[in-house]
Amino acid sequence: MTTVEQPPIGFGRMHRKEDARFVRGRGTYVDDVVLPGMLYGAVLRSPFAHARIVSIDTAAAQAHPRVKAVITGQTLEGLKLAWMPTLSQDTQAVLATDKVRFQGQEVAFVVAEDRYAARDALELIDVEYEPLPAVVDARRALDPDAPVIRDDKEGQADNHIFDWGAGDEAATDAVFASAEVVVAQDVLYPRVHPAPLETCGAVADFDAVTGKLTIWCNTQAPHAHRTVYALVAGLPEHKIRVISPDVGGGFGNKVPIYPGYVCAIVGSIVTGKPVKWMEDRSENLMSTGFARDYHMRGEVAATRDGRIRALRVKVVADHGAFNGTAQPTKFPAGFFHVFTGSYDVEAAYCGVTGVYTNKAPGGVAYACSFRITEAAYLIERMIDVLAYDLDMDPAQLRMKNLLKPEQFPYPSPTGWEYDSGDYPRALSLALEMAGYEELRAEQAARRASGSDGPLMGIGISFFTEAVGAGPRKHMDILGLGMADGAELRVHPTGKAVLRISVQSQGQGHETTYAQIVAEELGIPPDDVDVVHGDTDQTPFGLGTYGSRSTPVSGAATAVVARKVRERARQVASAMLEVDPGDLEWEKGRWYVRGDQGQGRTIQEIALAAHSSLELPDGVEGHLDATTVYNPPNLTFPFGAYICVVDVDPGTGQVKVRRFVAVDDCGVRINPMIVEGQVHGGLADGIGMALMELIAFDEDGNCLGASFMDYLLPTSMECPSWELGETVTPSPHHPIGAKGVGESATVGSPAAVVNAVMDALKPYGVRHADMPLTPAHVWRAIQGRPLRTDLAIT
Amino acid sequence: MQVPAHFEYERATSVDHALALLAKWGSEARVVAGGHSLIPMMKLRLARPEALVDINDLEELAYVRLDGDALAVGAMTRHADLLASPLVGEHYPIFHEAERVIADPVVRNRGTVGGSLCQADPSEDLSAAFAAVGAAAVIRGPDGTRQVPVREFHTGPYETVVAPGELLVEVVVPVRPGGWRDPVQGAQRRDRFEAATGGISERSERGWQGPGGGSAYEKVERRVGDWAVAAAGAAVWLDGDTIGDAGIGLTAVGAAHFHAPEAERFLRGSPATDAVLAEAGRIAAEHCEPVADQRGPADYKKHLAGELTTRALARAVKRARGEA
Amino acid sequence: MKITVTVNGDERTADVEPRLLLVHFLRDTLGLTGTHWGCDTSNCGVCVVWLDGKPVKSCTVLAVMADGHTVRTVEGLADGATLDPVQQGFVRCHGLQCGFCTPGMMMTARWLLDHNPDPSEDEIREAISGQACRCTGYENIVRSVRWAASHEREVAPR
Repeated sequence: MTTVEQPPIGFGRMHRKEDARFVRGRGTYVDDVVLPGMLYGAVLRSPFAHARIVSIDTAAAQAHPRVKAVITGQTLEGLKLAWMPTLSQDTQAVLATDKVRFQGQEVAFVVAEDRYAARDALELIDVEYEPLPAVVDARRALDPDAPVIRDDKEGQADNHIFDWGAGDEAATDAVFASAEVVVAQDVLYPRVHPAPLETCGAVADFDAVTGKLTIWCNTQAPHAHRTVYALVAGLPEHKIRVISPDVGGGFGNKVPIYPGYVCAIVGSIVTGKPVKWMEDRSENLMSTGFARDYHMRGEVAATRDGRIRALRVKVVADHGAFNGTAQPTKFPAGFFHVFTGSYDVEAAYCGVTGVYTNKAPGGVAYACSFRITEAAYLIERMIDVLAYDLDMDPAQLRMKNLLKPEQFPYPSPTGWEYDSGDYPRALSLALEMAGYEELRAEQAARRASGSDGPLMGIGISFFTEAVGAGPRKHMDILGLGMADGAELRVHPTGKAVLRISVQSQGQGHETTYAQIVAEELGIPPDDVDVVHGDTDQTPFGLGTYGSRSTPVSGAATAVVARKVRERARQVASAMLEVDPGDLEWEKGRWYVRGDQGQGRTIQEIALAAHSSLELPDGVEGHLDATTVYNPPNLTFPFGAYICVVDVDPGTGQVKVRRFVAVDDCGVRINPMIVEGQVHGGLADGIGMALMELIAFDEDGNCLGASFMDYLLPTSMECPSWELGETVTPSPHHPIGAKGVGESATVGSPAAVVNAVMDALKPYGVRHADMPLTPAHVWRAIQGRPLRTDLAIT
Repeated sequence: MQVPAHFEYERATSVDHALALLAKWGSEARVVAGGHSLIPMMKLRLARPEALVDINDLEELAYVRLDGDALAVGAMTRHADLLASPLVGEHYPIFHEAERVIADPVVRNRGTVGGSLCQADPSEDLSAAFAAVGAAAVIRGPDGTRQVPVREFHTGPYETVVAPGELLVEVVVPVRPGGWRDPVQGAQRRDRFEAATGGISERSERGWQGPGGGSAYEKVERRVGDWAVAAAGAAVWLDGDTIGDAGIGLTAVGAAHFHAPEAERFLRGSPATDAVLAEAGRIAAEHCEPVADQRGPADYKKHLAGELTTRALARAVKRARGEA
Repeated sequence: MKITVTVNGDERTADVEPRLLLVHFLRDTLGLTGTHWGCDTSNCGVCVVWLDGKPVKSCTVLAVMADGHTVRTVEGLADGATLDPVQQGFVRCHGLQCGFCTPGMMMTARWLLDHNPDPSEDEIREAISGQACRCTGYENIVRSVRWAASHEREVAPR
């Protein structure tokens, strides 16, 4: 039970400061923002996956008594806003002009006096479409006869976006050529959706007199949004203010700029009134940033006794109709090339081909750490495939191949440098917590008994994350380096305000960042106010996604607090009339070396810093600092997960009996919050492994467009999580923390799938793709697994 | 979020008033009870009634009671109340098992028995449960009251015999010898029943049961709260080791009228053995024509129709024998 | 049409369209934005409020259907400055992260404890099974409700 009576001054369990408003229903989410005279927008969307627009007639909608404006692609063309740049240097239609390219694409925008009238007016817009054949199957997107989706792009004659590779292909091929054992498996990570419970939305308010545009938007990256708006709309950046209020979950869904935001801005400019636009759930699932859709072929070269020598992966990446993935520019497949995972291999190579299809754009989202979800799932699935073929215990096989502690810092064959780790310790702990030997004995006894009861399965996954993007010389998004600023001010009475560039969507920044300041300065966390989510109030930075807040902005906070501490030393030296070099720091206080009674608290120093105290030359007074943190490397959290399932062979139903998760995210600032983050990610794993899916039928109709079709795991599918931890600090992070937000989402799906496959082993089932719905499990037992990305027929 | 199109709202204060309102609006009116199927469809604008007749105030239709030799369930009985009713559990545990897997507890607070039947979703659970036990729907209209067997109530997906201007007011389930009661429900009713019957029942370690009858419901869903991939309800009445009578209801598998008459006929007079129950499942599945969708392919659903029928029968038989 | 709904003990009267959803009546008409909405199909449960003393999904109830009835929302949970034990439990056991599902979860939890003062973990899980949370994996929500239950039994019997 996580209850804390006395909050720590620094790291440790502490109730969240933000909860006081949330439990009273006093949070302010974007749909809670109401401005005087505010109007409401609604988007008309394409019913077709691929169609030419013949005509759009808005006359009847314009005539609706409560409608204030109807905006089409034609309107936007006049403003040069019909197309906008994506985060991957592609273009995306704001409102379609020539063709619609996925079902749910934005076609027109209505602004009306209330939500209901806006919705009514959509029905009054008459669009004539000429349907075209749709590209639905990513594996056939490059067929010579496939319709060309992006005929708007000069010189684009097919649906090819990019080819990208990492690792040494020749060396890898050489190892494969001489390998004793080679296993191969096609593995699909199907299209899923982050589906935060709060949908995306914005309130745009353009003041024609001051020229200032204020946008309330539940974005994870307010500063990046501001800069992109400036670049897209040609508005001066200092006249744009993005406010990200309380955000009801993000998980990567709220990183991109969506057409609806641009429409709300245009709507406000056109009408002179604030305009609110909120997606409904179907719009969220059909049109905004989905995740994954990676069609992978994995190959492992190994010795007969189970030593893994090389890995080779080919991927077809379905990016949808516009290449809108959000990842560092140099890495079109994100960080997928961390796919060698936690293992010591001689060589590895991955080749990724990105393709357009008639589906919604996106791909990098849902706590994926820039595609490490796909990488971790693939390697952990492949390990079990190898174990299956070699008839080895998957725990032993992993233990045999895990990197050893003395190999860190570890240069990986695909170009990473893992900062620190003790992998065998984490796996051993997980096996011990699970009672692995006993579980295997129980399984053996059950199998031997020949009963027709549930099939028991035990699944393991071990993951290595790479988070905290990132070093600016390697990593930028749209040319914006991935460094983050922080600003700390200690007021005269010793209370502090911290301003950070990242934005919480539930991670508890108001608490943990106050704890970092508390740890560094000895100011109680309740005396530190954390300001975030307002570009007029906070320093520049790229925002919260990819588990980057603690590794980057958390580091910035520690650094800025240390700067303040140094200033405090100067002030204290003037107060105590001793040389700064003769002062020693203990939490919250500078004192004279050798005379601990002689000292000044940070609060006393703060007051003096603002007083008439004479300070040495070069010491400015006041107690504040700013910093920009450019991480020297990524951090590499890791963990070992074990899942136990029972499968009903007669129905295919899977029951998750237990889930053990050992996470090592380095130093834990607030263990309560870390555990909460892990819990959430584990539920994601249950969801993706067993039920979450966006499939499409042959016409490109989205088959996961509501919460009746896109299934989120409930309290009933989730077991009571059993957590363990090891702590291997990051050597390069100021406080040794590594970040944990996405670890469990990355690591858990493979454990669940591996457990189900383990249960089905007596039936000769080696692999089946997610999601393992009852139907799919039953079909796998029959030897006829489903192709889950397409409609079930 | 999605919002409905315009409509007129009428609130009925009695069944007669509801019928008058339905007469006034004709086929353009829809009755709204719990609204948990209708209102989402209106938000999607798949349903656009001109008028809604709200019958939520008709407390007179919210009851579960014994009427002579029948269990009478008012149309406005909320799912949660059917689930909580000891009377239902005493006679037909199939309803508790079905209710337990209908939507979720909050939806069950609002959704109604009558609304579920009238919505006539081909994956709806109570339709199968009522079909299994041979219930009848009581329908009131301008010309009086009529009874229609639940096995003839549905005329197609989302279609029933309830005509415009009519209102489903009650479902009656015949109570037959061999009702069974849940040992967990406590000794109170056992004692009451024994007092009433002169103590003809037997006691066993596992609880108490009357002679001969049992029922059960089996459902496979992709996730708690989802509509059925497939589900089967079964009721059996034993005559010694022989099946005296049996009822089977199926949902989501393309069984005509949610019903498996061929399997029922096969069971009557057969011994209650595993092989017979398995064969009944096979027969039931043979007569289903499920449609593939994202819940599963047709072959799987057909398999489930058999598997779940057999499982439901097996548990119903166990109950009838007082073994479960 | 004119409706009067007793919300958190206060009679609130407004002129509304028949199609206005209860969740919009609460949020937009009355400004009680503690109740959220998250889907259109009554699946996610972030809109749960009490109607006549029972939790319901307010996105699937019309405001006019609540005319003459009573509604309780998250804003009616605390007694002035004193948080309801359920609210305290959610704070103490980290039962929330983004806070979006929290009001609905707490309304159901309050109802559960009013009817079952000592629910098991399974009973809690079943009670909230129609309400999604994307952040907590439900673990700490269950613990929060258990904390509230034991707190009420031991410290502040109701």
